Amino acid sequence: MRSPTRLDEPPRGRFRWPFAGSGRRTVEAWLLLLPSIVLFAAFTHVPFLRTFVDAFHSTPKGRRPSHFVGLDNWVDLAHDPIFWKALTNNTLYALGTIPLAVGLALAMALFVNGRIPGRAALRMAYFTPTVLPMIAVANIWLFFYTPDYGLFDQIGGLFGLAATNRLGDPSTALIAVMAVAVWKEAGFFMIFYLAALQQIPPDLREAAAIEGASRFTFFRRVTWPLLAPVTLFILVNAVINAFRTVDHIFMMTGGGPDNATNLLLFRLYELGFKFWDQAQASALTVVLIVVLASVALVQFVFAGRKVHYR
Amino acid sequence: MKTTRRTLFAATLAAGALVAGFTPASAETKITFYYPVAVGGPVTKIVDGMVAGFEKEHPDVKVEAVYAGSYQDTIAKILTAVKGGAAPNVAVALSTDMFTLIDEDAIVPFDEVAGKDAKAWFAGFYPSFMANSQTGGKTWGIPFQRSTVVMYWNKAAFKEAGLDPEKVPATWAEMREAAKKLTKRDASGNVERWGIEIPSSGFPYWLFQGFTTENGAILMNEEGTKVAFDTPAVVDALQYWIDLSVKDKVHPAGIVEWGTTPKDFLEGKTAMMWQTTGNLTNVRKNAKFDFGVAMLPAEKRRGSPTGGGNFYLFKGQSAEQQKAVVEFVKWMTTPERTAEWSIATGYVATQPAAWATDKMKAYVADFPQAAVARDQLEHAVAELSTHDNQRVAKAFNDNLQAALTGSKTAAQAMKDAQAEADRILKSYR
Repeated sequence: MRSPTRLDEPPRGRFRWPFAGSGRRTVEAWLLLLPSIVLFAAFTHVPFLRTFVDAFHSTPKGRRPSHFVGLDNWVDLAHDPIFWKALTNNTLYALGTIPLAVGLALAMALFVNGRIPGRAALRMAYFTPTVLPMIAVANIWLFFYTPDYGLFDQIGGLFGLAATNRLGDPSTALIAVMAVAVWKEAGFFMIFYLAALQQIPPDLREAAAIEGASRFTFFRRVTWPLLAPVTLFILVNAVINAFRTVDHIFMMTGGGPDNATNLLLFRLYELGFKFWDQAQASALTVVLIVVLASVALVQFVFAGRKVHYR
Repeated sequence: MKTTRRTLFAATLAAGALVAGFTPASAETKITFYYPVAVGGPVTKIVDGMVAGFEKEHPDVKVEAVYAGSYQDTIAKILTAVKGGAAPNVAVALSTDMFTLIDEDAIVPFDEVAGKDAKAWFAGFYPSFMANSQTGGKTWGIPFQRSTVVMYWNKAAFKEAGLDPEKVPATWAEMREAAKKLTKRDASGNVERWGIEIPSSGFPYWLFQGFTTENGAILMNEEGTKVAFDTPAVVDALQYWIDLSVKDKVHPAGIVEWGTTPKDFLEGKTAMMWQTTGNLTNVRKNAKFDFGVAMLPAEKRRGSPTGGGNFYLFKGQSAEQQKAVVEFVKWMTTPERTAEWSIATGYVATQPAAWATDKMKAYVADFPQAAVARDQLEHAVAELSTHDNQRVAKAFNDNLQAALTGSKTAAQAMKDAQAEADRILKSYR
């Protein structure tokens, strides 16, 4: 059975090694690539392969060298309630922060794309959280959340509300750290939307105006489809960031109270660099990579079909 | 010749990326010293100054002092370096990391290297500081930046509440009663000032160990292989802490952040707080009111855990380096220098001899609060420390937080902590 040929598929034929060909140009190409190959191999690929191997071995301790244990590390991980707690937290964290951050980014981009006074200042204000280091952001928000004399409680106090302890209560702590992530990420994603909005040719708007399309119809039928590739790009990044950014957890809660804000990468740090449990940490790393790789793959394969790259 | 030049350029790029840094060899004895700074800033300068002083008196020894971040960062850096085969020669790390460092086969005891007068040297320190530094008859750590938990109280708030500002609560019952009077609410019932704050973020076990000790419980054995988290004395102590916020409503609900308690105290948002002696200098500089420092109140007895960092001597160095390290550690812990260090930082001077120096006497005469920590040492116990310490501590911390935030009862939380600790420690028995 033949699959239908698509226009964007590369021409079929014999596989060609990249850079196979005349001597000196090949050497030149490899030399130019060498620095990045070395860096990538040394800091990404080799460590990943080592981690994969380590995940099948026990943790070496002092005089006890590590030995092969098969799948034991994953079995242990599956029996670790804190792992499941962190996985649940992280899923909630991703589901809560991504739609909000992306939606907010789009709204902000549409807003500052229009002709409004003080546009440059507004764009800069929206982008500022992105420029700040996460540690600084976490410290600012730590002050916002401080019970009694923090910003939120001072504002609440004006209306006679009682002091709150959002980070110190397991039922609100995760939401509190999620708010920080949304605040930090939205500005970053806005920049991509803004760039994409500037790429939309103005004649489309003029044509739509002549046709008498409403602003909403124009957004739904023209702007949104044209933003689809950017949205896909942003979604992939947002998912990765939801599993990768834990700096504020260190500053604000340390994963507490009682693991209420423990996320996968934070748990990984605990296993790896607090408990020195190399075996468990390696197994969790593999889990994390598999999760992220499959999410990205699903997004590219399924969402990619619906995205029009022009 | 365009291509050749480009090839050359590419080759240079490649070479640049590949060349690693070289370190020149030197003839003098060189030792690397990792140290943490919990509070940052001025302490780094003090340590660097001390190192420079040592090098001046010992021209044949070169000390490379590496500021390694917080205690947590420091132990992470040390163990990474050990695993990479480039261990430091000497480091200051938490006294509770002793078992971890022994299990990783990273350190050697000071006994043999220190020679004949080793016993006399060790005997110079307060026994409660040595409790966390010795196991199996060997001395693995030398006390340096040590602290303990004390109670700070706001004398102005005491006066305002109609209490005698010079009489600090000495028992749990008195503390509860005083806290009730000190808690101030506005017309709509919102709290303007709490009676007491005891931090419970990060490492609640340390402050909780104050309660357990006072209630007559000892949390672990000297070998670091057994813990006793689920005894009635421990559960009752936890219940008292929970009741302060839930029943008596004199202590904020939920988790109280370690870092903001001193600020709360300085802002007058709490009338009493339990904190490390390490905050003494900070509170003294910034308090706009009269304050007092007291031993923690007693239930069955007085008590507080010790805390802070010890010097450790690492494996895999030459005999000259080991000798240089011991010389360095001895130099850093002479009574004179211990006194200077204590005055500059607020850490508790680790030896009776240091308190007998003229400098220290003059300091205490001017600032009597500094002596409270010393007087409490005779009631102090070793900080919770076991094999696989961080994991056991986390099991304990998580359950303490669960109980303090109401998701578990005190008894259930301590039962769970005990079960998890037993599981972790099984392989060390």
